[in-house]
Amino acid sequence: MAKQPAIELKNITKRFGAKVIANKNVNLTAYRGEILSVLGENGSGKTTLMNMISGIYFPDEGQIFIDGKEAVIASPKDAFSYKIGMIHQHFKLVDVFSAAENIVLGIEDGKYNLKKSVDEIKKISSQYGFNLDPEKKIYTMSVSEKQTVEIIKVLYRGADILILDEPTAVLTPQETDKLFEILRRMRDDGKCIIIITHKLHEVLSLSDRVAVLRKGEYVGTVNTSETNESDLTEMMVGKKVDLNIERLETGDCQDRLVVKNVTCYDRVGAKVLDDVSFTAKSGEILGIAGIAGSGQRELLESIAGLQHLSSGEILYNTPKTGKVENLRDKTPMQIRNMGVRLSFVPEDRLGMGLVGNMDIVDNMMLRSYSKGHSFFLKRKKPKDLAMKIIHDLEVVTPGAGTPVRRLSGGNVQKVLVGREIASSPTVLMVAYPVRGLDINSSYMIYKLLNEQKKKGVSIIFVGEDLDVLVELCDRIMVIGGGHINGIVDGRNTTKEEIGLLMTKSKYNGKEKDNG
Amino acid sequence: MIIQFICRAILLGVPLLFGSTGEIITEKSGHLNLGIPGIMYVGAISGVVGSFVYENACGNDITVMNGFLAVIIPLICAIIGSTIMGLIYSFLTVTLHANQNVTGLALTTLGIGLGNFLGASLINITGSELPSIALTKTSSFFASKLPLADDLGWFGELFLSHDFLTYLAIIIAVITSLILNKSRVGLNLRSVGESPATADAAGINVVKYRYVATCIGSAIAGLGGLQYVMSYASGVWSNNAFGDRGWMAIALVIFALWKPSFAIVGSFLFGALCNANNYIQGLGTETQELFKMLPYVVTIIVLVITSMRKKREHQPPAGLGLSYFREER
Repeated sequence: MAKQPAIELKNITKRFGAKVIANKNVNLTAYRGEILSVLGENGSGKTTLMNMISGIYFPDEGQIFIDGKEAVIASPKDAFSYKIGMIHQHFKLVDVFSAAENIVLGIEDGKYNLKKSVDEIKKISSQYGFNLDPEKKIYTMSVSEKQTVEIIKVLYRGADILILDEPTAVLTPQETDKLFEILRRMRDDGKCIIIITHKLHEVLSLSDRVAVLRKGEYVGTVNTSETNESDLTEMMVGKKVDLNIERLETGDCQDRLVVKNVTCYDRVGAKVLDDVSFTAKSGEILGIAGIAGSGQRELLESIAGLQHLSSGEILYNTPKTGKVENLRDKTPMQIRNMGVRLSFVPEDRLGMGLVGNMDIVDNMMLRSYSKGHSFFLKRKKPKDLAMKIIHDLEVVTPGAGTPVRRLSGGNVQKVLVGREIASSPTVLMVAYPVRGLDINSSYMIYKLLNEQKKKGVSIIFVGEDLDVLVELCDRIMVIGGGHINGIVDGRNTTKEEIGLLMTKSKYNGKEKDNG
Repeated sequence: MIIQFICRAILLGVPLLFGSTGEIITEKSGHLNLGIPGIMYVGAISGVVGSFVYENACGNDITVMNGFLAVIIPLICAIIGSTIMGLIYSFLTVTLHANQNVTGLALTTLGIGLGNFLGASLINITGSELPSIALTKTSSFFASKLPLADDLGWFGELFLSHDFLTYLAIIIAVITSLILNKSRVGLNLRSVGESPATADAAGINVVKYRYVATCIGSAIAGLGGLQYVMSYASGVWSNNAFGDRGWMAIALVIFALWKPSFAIVGSFLFGALCNANNYIQGLGTETQELFKMLPYVVTIIVLVITSMRKKREHQPPAGLGLSYFREER
């Protein structure tokens, strides 16, 4: 059976302002009854391209053909009429609405009858094997439930071209498998499925064909059966990249940070950390895995002195002297004055890590401003440091005087990591350090972490990509609902094992509001 | 005595009910319209101008005046005046992306200034000795009671003796409540206020909804100003007499947890609280001022309680006060 092209893009170009070209001359065809992956690094224009198909943006040049006929998609409404449905990476759901209300939102089909819609939703759920309560409010849902709502939302509108933007970024391996199962069922049902991702193994396991974008340009399309990871990476990056992450063996491991029975509550009084105990050792990378919002952030903030603990203690063994300091209820400044060299790369880079409107040099001084004793600032040293970081970490910037908010995500992260490492820490905490980074930058960050590990630094690494955690970390601690579900050895664990630990929760079934 | 107190509370509460119903509709679209006090002012003065013109056209002779026209002209003027204010607000915030708070405060200043300017001009035209204009004839048409109001004793006085704007306010609040919660338009409107990006992606015209909701909300709020002049003040306009009722209407929105049905009860409670000082014996002038604080104290208490309970349904619309640009990146 010859496959019917469902959607064809011809010479699509999209600019933002005069300088930024998000997509340039992109040609792409997706057929019915197939899963097409659109692969590319962050900033390669995948999402922009898909936003043009779903009517959020309008192309500056080029044509879109649906079922062989030219289509003008000027608004999301137009996209619906062409039966195109997009599942966004950042869910577009109204929190205080129920699933059913979100699903019917914006549909104009005569009488408003929520009860009938609920029945319809249940029918779709059972057809494709979803598990969803249509009456449940969005804000009580887990991430994967929210995604289910998004998918049913487009199916409810009768979409037969489905676009999924990084659907697995927030899912556990088990949830991912379940999603893929459903997607395959839809493909067999004759739908055209386009999935945007930068995870190579997912591309290989799920899709029929892969289209690759690089820096907004279309590189080519290959059949999944005729390609492999390193070929795809080469297409994506434009050069060969060594995809192995090294795990150094340092041997000399002493207890550096001992966290004992830490419990803490958030502002509303919900338990965010529940009796957490672990030890971070020098010369070791301790990975932390868990579903987003399971207490990772609070854990790092507790150690950094930014959270009030209701019980437990955090003990720091000073290297050489062996003196034990208790960090509980100390401010970051007190911790620093005690001689504890703690570095923290928070997940919110421009919120907690750097000041977006200040330039690189000034951001360097944030860490050391209290050292000077004269009335006026001495900018020589921080300037040297800034230049060193720009040079060593290949930060792409017009100069050290550029406000950091104008840098791209990867470069912002390099500046932040560079600054934290420059203070020669003994404990380095990094949260999602490669989020939003391209492959080259990611591997540079891994290399930097390994260098620090070699120096005997104790590294705590909160990550989301389980493949990376398993390859990079010596031990992986799995956190779920603020509780430590287990600590496994990185050398002999699998991501399935970690995934199971992530979902195993003593609060199973009881939803928590992470808003 | 108690009946009289309740009736007085209702009379005082109606402008607040109009104001807060209007503001609820506006806020549900994501617009924190702090221009409501000014808009209510403009609604009042527009109605006053309308009825002034009509009274003069009829030679100030009540026998010549047509009851229907005497009511409908000020009503339409009030709606037009306040809708124009709503349009200005929407144009500035939606089309020009101006800051909502600044725009709202500017409109309040503008509205009060405009009201006082037109009021003073009218006083000048009449050449009156007093600093006020009396439209008592128009007011008498507004104050027509329902049949049987005087025959049914306390029941008639409590439920049937009010002017028609009181019933209109309650009907509008009930209809608003039904539309918000039971209709597709209401669902769409709420989604625009909660998450404009979601609404946009669902194919809802965010700009249209924000414009229309703001204008309708303003028109309703403007009726509150009219009711104040025609019913509460018996048709007497004097500058600044409306006072801070507009702010109280905004406080009432929070008190009512963005629910028009709660606003009905809340407005009458506020009316009672505003009036309590007149019914408690032996208060000095300074303690009276303290009593006038009651509605605000109650609002703060409600705010504290709702924020402690943290129920998501009781929070303001998530997109309140935020502009929405589609091609933002």
